Amino acid sequence: MEFYLTAILQGFCFAGIAFGIYISMKIFNIPDITTDGSYTLGGAVTGVMLTHHQPGYLIFLSVLLAGAVAGALTGLIHTKLKINALLAGILVMTALYSVNLTILGRSNVPLLNVSNLFSILSSTQDSVSKSLLIVIVFIVMIMLIIGYILKTDFGIAMRATGNSEPMIRALGVNTDRMKIIGLAMANALTALSGYLMAQQQGYADINMGIGSVIIGLGSVIIAETIINWLQITSVWLNLLLVLAGAIVFQLVLAFTLSIGVDANLLKLVIALFVLIIVGIPRLIRREI
Amino acid sequence: MIALNDVSKTFNPGKANAINALGSVNLQIAEGEYVIIVGANGSGKSTLLNVISGSILPNEGSVIIDSNDVTKLPEHQRSKWIARIFQNPLLGTAADLSIIDNFRLAALRTQTKSLTIGKTTEFKNKVRDRIANLNMGLENKLEQPIGTLSGGQRQALTLLMSVMDNCKILLLDEPTAALDPRSATNILRIADDIIKQFKLTAVMVTHNLKDAVNYGSRIIQMDEGNILKDITGIEKSTLKQTDVFEWFG
Repeated sequence: MEFYLTAILQGFCFAGIAFGIYISMKIFNIPDITTDGSYTLGGAVTGVMLTHHQPGYLIFLSVLLAGAVAGALTGLIHTKLKINALLAGILVMTALYSVNLTILGRSNVPLLNVSNLFSILSSTQDSVSKSLLIVIVFIVMIMLIIGYILKTDFGIAMRATGNSEPMIRALGVNTDRMKIIGLAMANALTALSGYLMAQQQGYADINMGIGSVIIGLGSVIIAETIINWLQITSVWLNLLLVLAGAIVFQLVLAFTLSIGVDANLLKLVIALFVLIIVGIPRLIRREI
Repeated sequence: MIALNDVSKTFNPGKANAINALGSVNLQIAEGEYVIIVGANGSGKSTLLNVISGSILPNEGSVIIDSNDVTKLPEHQRSKWIARIFQNPLLGTAADLSIIDNFRLAALRTQTKSLTIGKTTEFKNKVRDRIANLNMGLENKLEQPIGTLSGGQRQALTLLMSVMDNCKILLLDEPTAALDPRSATNILRIADDIIKQFKLTAVMVTHNLKDAVNYGSRIIQMDEGNILKDITGIEKSTLKQTDVFEWFG
């Protein structure tokens, strides 16, 4: 049972990436893979600031800012230099590897003996359900903020940008600026996942971000399948489904491990799983 | 209201595939005029419209709108005067967004899109009333994604959206080219009503010579990037379809 609770806990930690990918891919229609770098960036900033005993709110804000800067850089390269979004993301992600290594100082920083977000509640409760409670409160708050932003006038303009650029420009919106802000938001959320994950796992590692983009992608695609199937337009339901997608994704992985699949094959399983959830709706549609 | 002074535009200048789209065009459009632009493909009429809207910046010359020199202003900054209707009905609206979200954006065309929720009940009622005037039965589908509507319905809504906020100039780029004849007639009638009701200055590019004769207070024929004919006033209102047909003879 605790095994699956941990999976759910991880699902909540990865919700930040899922929201980030939802913004960049679903709302802006931009394939952004800065994710791998900005996720590690979030973890690295958290790790170093925790070991230097910085106050929690400062760490949280620094992580958001670091992620936003990384995303804004990808956005600037994509819009101002007219470079393909995929390439812009790869460039920033590659550069971030060195940045992250410099921040961390070495490839792995353990955080076991420093107090963190998960030390808030008393230590008498059992640790997984305690952590789960904290992460749920945290993610629900984040979700309320994103949902509110998306429902405002600014948010409507954001959502329209990925839909019809000529229209939104004719309506007086600077689409370049909008994309830069969107990518900054997406990567700030991704960095937040790194922030939660580093504290939950008890270490920050230079390689923690490898494959994180696929986790976000998988979560969003699970959500999208249901969104398209039921034709959901509500912003809140969309976000809730993305969160559910992130949790389902981790549960599936936990299940695969529990039936005895070699942990070395995990990334292969992830890739196959995403392929299946992307492929099946298309195969079904073709039959109709 | 609109003035183009010696405006010229060459695509790919200096290269083998250089195209001289506009060659030193001078054009003054007064407030309240409804100008129809006709011309063969490649005559520069779409470029002319795009130079006014700002989606294409001219190589030389100046563009004046409402006594402001906007030559260097990008499209999104000219939107405080100009609303546009595109040839492709899909371009004028954001498909995945609901009707009400699309109207909310249109209502903010000249304003900043702030971090406040502007979709109030009052706003929804205002939009519902306006949409009801179209008699298309869309007033009860405000939360439906606009992409689920037909091209004609979307184009009609786009026209209505253009006057949700202060608008002085309406640019129509072959607004009915992608529509069936009945929807096309309907759209042009709605456009005509809106232009008169809100006293707009309008410019429409069209290939349909019948529409060119029936609508507008002035007609311009473009040829190879230059204005060939410019007819206005009583001469325009008495113009016959056969006359215009001969221009292309």
